[in-house]
Amino acid sequence: MAAIFQGVGAAAPLSSSPSNSFDSNKSVFSPRRSFSVSKRVSFAVVRSDGKVNLNPKGRRDQRLIPNAVATNAGSAAASKQGHELLLFEALQEGLEEEMERDPRVCVMGEDVGHYGGSYKVTKGLAKRFGDLRVLDTPIAENSFTGMGIGAAMTGLRPVIEGMNMGFLLLAFNQISNNCGMLHYTSGGQFTIPVVVRGPGGVGRQLGAEHSQRLESYFQSIPGIQMVACSTPYNAKGLMKAAIRSENPVILFEHVLLYNLKERIPDEDYICNLEEAEMVRPGEHVTILTYSRMRYHVMQAAKTLVNKGYDPEVIDIRSLKPFDLYTIGNSVKKTHRVLIVEECMRTGGIGASLTAAITENFNDYLDAPIMCLSSQDVPTPYAGTLEEVTVVQPAQIVTAVEQLCQ
Amino acid sequence: MALSYLRSSSSRSANFLKPLSSAASLRRPISTDTTPITVETSVPFTSHQCEAPSRSVETNPSELLTFFRDMALMRRMEIAADSLYKAKLIRGFCHLYDGQEAVAVGMEAAITKKDCIITAYRDHCIFIGRGGTLLEVFAELMGRQAGCSKGKGGSMHFYKKDSNFYGGHGIVGAQVPLGCGLAFAQKYSKDETVTFALYGDGAANQGQLFEALNISALWDLPAILVCENNHYGMGTAEWRAAKSPAYYKRGDYVPGLKVDGMDALAVKQACKFAKEHALKNGPIILEMDTYRYHGHSMSDPGSTYRTRDEISGVRQERDPIERVRKLILSHDLATEKELKDIEKEVRKEVDDAIAQAKESPMPEPSELFSNVYAKSLGVESFGADRKEVRATLA
Repeated sequence: MAAIFQGVGAAAPLSSSPSNSFDSNKSVFSPRRSFSVSKRVSFAVVRSDGKVNLNPKGRRDQRLIPNAVATNAGSAAASKQGHELLLFEALQEGLEEEMERDPRVCVMGEDVGHYGGSYKVTKGLAKRFGDLRVLDTPIAENSFTGMGIGAAMTGLRPVIEGMNMGFLLLAFNQISNNCGMLHYTSGGQFTIPVVVRGPGGVGRQLGAEHSQRLESYFQSIPGIQMVACSTPYNAKGLMKAAIRSENPVILFEHVLLYNLKERIPDEDYICNLEEAEMVRPGEHVTILTYSRMRYHVMQAAKTLVNKGYDPEVIDIRSLKPFDLYTIGNSVKKTHRVLIVEECMRTGGIGASLTAAITENFNDYLDAPIMCLSSQDVPTPYAGTLEEVTVVQPAQIVTAVEQLCQ
Repeated sequence: MALSYLRSSSSRSANFLKPLSSAASLRRPISTDTTPITVETSVPFTSHQCEAPSRSVETNPSELLTFFRDMALMRRMEIAADSLYKAKLIRGFCHLYDGQEAVAVGMEAAITKKDCIITAYRDHCIFIGRGGTLLEVFAELMGRQAGCSKGKGGSMHFYKKDSNFYGGHGIVGAQVPLGCGLAFAQKYSKDETVTFALYGDGAANQGQLFEALNISALWDLPAILVCENNHYGMGTAEWRAAKSPAYYKRGDYVPGLKVDGMDALAVKQACKFAKEHALKNGPIILEMDTYRYHGHSMSDPGSTYRTRDEISGVRQERDPIERVRKLILSHDLATEKELKDIEKEVRKEVDDAIAQAKESPMPEPSELFSNVYAKSLGVESFGADRKEVRATLA
C-alpha cells in the first residue's frame, strides 16, 4: 500500500494561480467597500477607487479586467519575504511548530514515525520528538482513533492521521459517538481537543475505495468542526488553529494538492477555523468551492474573464460550520450562486450549503442556486471515466453562463 | 450445562468461615479498627502466562465493614432504580448491576482515585465507588439538572472527571480503545498510575478489543482489561457466543488472571496484583467470574434464557453481600443487629436521595444547545421549521 502512495505523491500538481492567499489590505479589489445595485438589465458599479461604471447590455465588451485572479500588491508574496514551500511541507511546519510549542501534542497514525508519513507530512518528526510523541500504530483505525480520543479526555492533544480519509470509515463509531458527543453527554466535563486529519478526495486513478470524500458523511455529527485546506498558506494556518482548538476538528486534505508551491510568511500565524477565504472578488456571480475544486474554478475563471464575466470566488474552507457571513455578503452583492464541490451530489456539502443559503438569503437571489458536484457513482479506475466523475472547468464555465443569462 | 460450575464454590464455602488469624475476640470498636485480618479467598486464582497471587488476602475490620456498607448501598440503589423505572420515572435504557457489586467495591479498595476506570453502560455502582453521590445518580437517571451529566447523558453516560471515572459508554466494546488511550496518556505523563478498562463477556468478542490490546502490549501501556463475565451477553449465554469462554486466556501473549468476582477480597487482591504488574510489564487481563440478578436491562425479564432456579441458586450461595456478612459475623466484628441497622440506614439514605432528586428540576431548554462545542462558534440552531427557536450552539 505504501508504494502506491509514494507514486501518487509525486504526481504533477494542478495548474494553480501564483498567489492564492488574500490577506492584504492593499489589494486593488475590496469587495466589502464596493457595492452594486444590480438588477437584470443595467447596473452601476461604484468601485473603491471612485470610478463609476454604467453598464448597459454591452457591459461584456466594455470592461477589461486585467487579472483573472486577485494579485496581492503589497503582500508577503511580492516583497520576497517569507519562504517558499510545498503544501505537505507547510503542514509539516505547522505540526512541528505546534509540537514544539505544546508538549501535549502528539501524532498517531500508520507509518507516521519512522517512515516519515506516506505523504511526508510527518517527516523528521519522530527523530526530533521521539517515539512516544510520534506514534507508529498498527493497522487498527477503530482502536487507535479511540485511543487518541481517550488520551484527549485526559488533556493530551493528539493529531490522529488516517493514511487515507477513507480508512477512517472504520473508526466512524469512535469519531461520531465518542469524539463528537462526549463533551455533551458528560455535561461538559470532558473536552476532546483532537485533530483528525488525512488526505481524501479523488486522486489519479486510485480506485473507488481510495477516492472517497468523507466530508459528506461526517457533516451531521454534532460537536465536531470540519475544515478543508487548499493552499500551503491555509494548510499551515488551519493545522495550527485546529491543534490549538478545544473542539474536535477534522482537517480534510487532498491527495492531489500536496505538491502545490507557495511563499508563506516566516512569522507565526493561524487561520481562523470558521472563516471562508476570498480568492477572487467579483461582481457577477458567487462561486463557492473548497479543496481541489478551487483550482478547477480558478481555471474556469480565466476562461470566464476572457468571455467578459467577473466571478467572485470564495473558498469556503470551513465545512462545518459554514461562514455564512462572508457567503451572505457575497450573495447580497452578486445575487447569483454557483457551488462547485467534489462531494457526491446526494447529501454532500453542496446540498447543505444550498439549503443554508436558500433559508437565509432567498430574497437576495436572482436565480436558483446551481450546484455542481461529482456523480453519485463509485470512482472508476479508467482515467477517462474518472475525469467525467469529477467537475471539470468546462462545466463550470457553462454553468456560469447559464446562471448569468 | 452452564449451571454446574456456578455453584461449584459451594463445596469450598466452608473454608473461609474459619478465621486463619483472629483478631481480639472482643469486638469493640469496629468502625475504625485497622487490626489486620487475613482471609482466604473462596477459590484460588487461575492464571495464564503469569504467577497467580496468593489466596490469602490482608484486610481489616474497618475495610470489611466499608465493603458491607458500600455493597448494601449499591444493592439498595439498584433495586430502587428498578422501582423508579417501573414507575416510569426512569426511561430509556437502565442496566442494573446488582449481584456484581463485589467487583466495583474490591477494585476501589486496591487502587487510588488517581487511577482511571472506564466501563460500559452498567456503570451506576462504579460511579458510586468512585465517589459519586446518590443524588447525582438518581437525578441523572431521571434526567434532572442535579445529575452528574446535567441530565443530558442518562443511565449510560455517568462520568466523574475529578476522580478519574471516564464513564459510561453505550456502544459495546468502544470503551476499551478509549481505556487504552487513557493508559497511553498515563504513560506519556509518567504518572505511575494505571487504567482499568471494564467490559463484558459479550464485548469480549469485539475486534477493537484485540486491536487495542495489541497496541497496549506493543507500547507497554499500564492498561488492565477487566472482563466482567456474568455469563450472558444480553440473552445469549457465553457458550453460544464464544468458542473459547476462557476470556482471561484470550490475550495469548498478554498474561491473564481468572478471579471469583463475587468475592470482594479476591477482587481486591487481583486488582492490586494487576496494578503492580501493569506498571512494570504492560497490559494484563482480569476475568471476573460474576453474575447479575436482573436481566440485561429493565426491558429484559432475565428469565427467558436462564432458569429462576439458577438465579436463586447463585443468590443463595455466592451473593457478595452475604459472604461479607458471614465473614463479619464469624470474626465477631459486628452483631447481626448492627448490620441490619446499617442496611436500614442505607435504605433511608437512598430514599432521601430519591426524594431530593425528584425535587430537582428538568434541564432548562437552553441546555439543549449548551456543551455541544467546547468553545462556542456562534453557530445558530433553528427549530424544526427552521424559523424559530434561534439559539447559538455553545
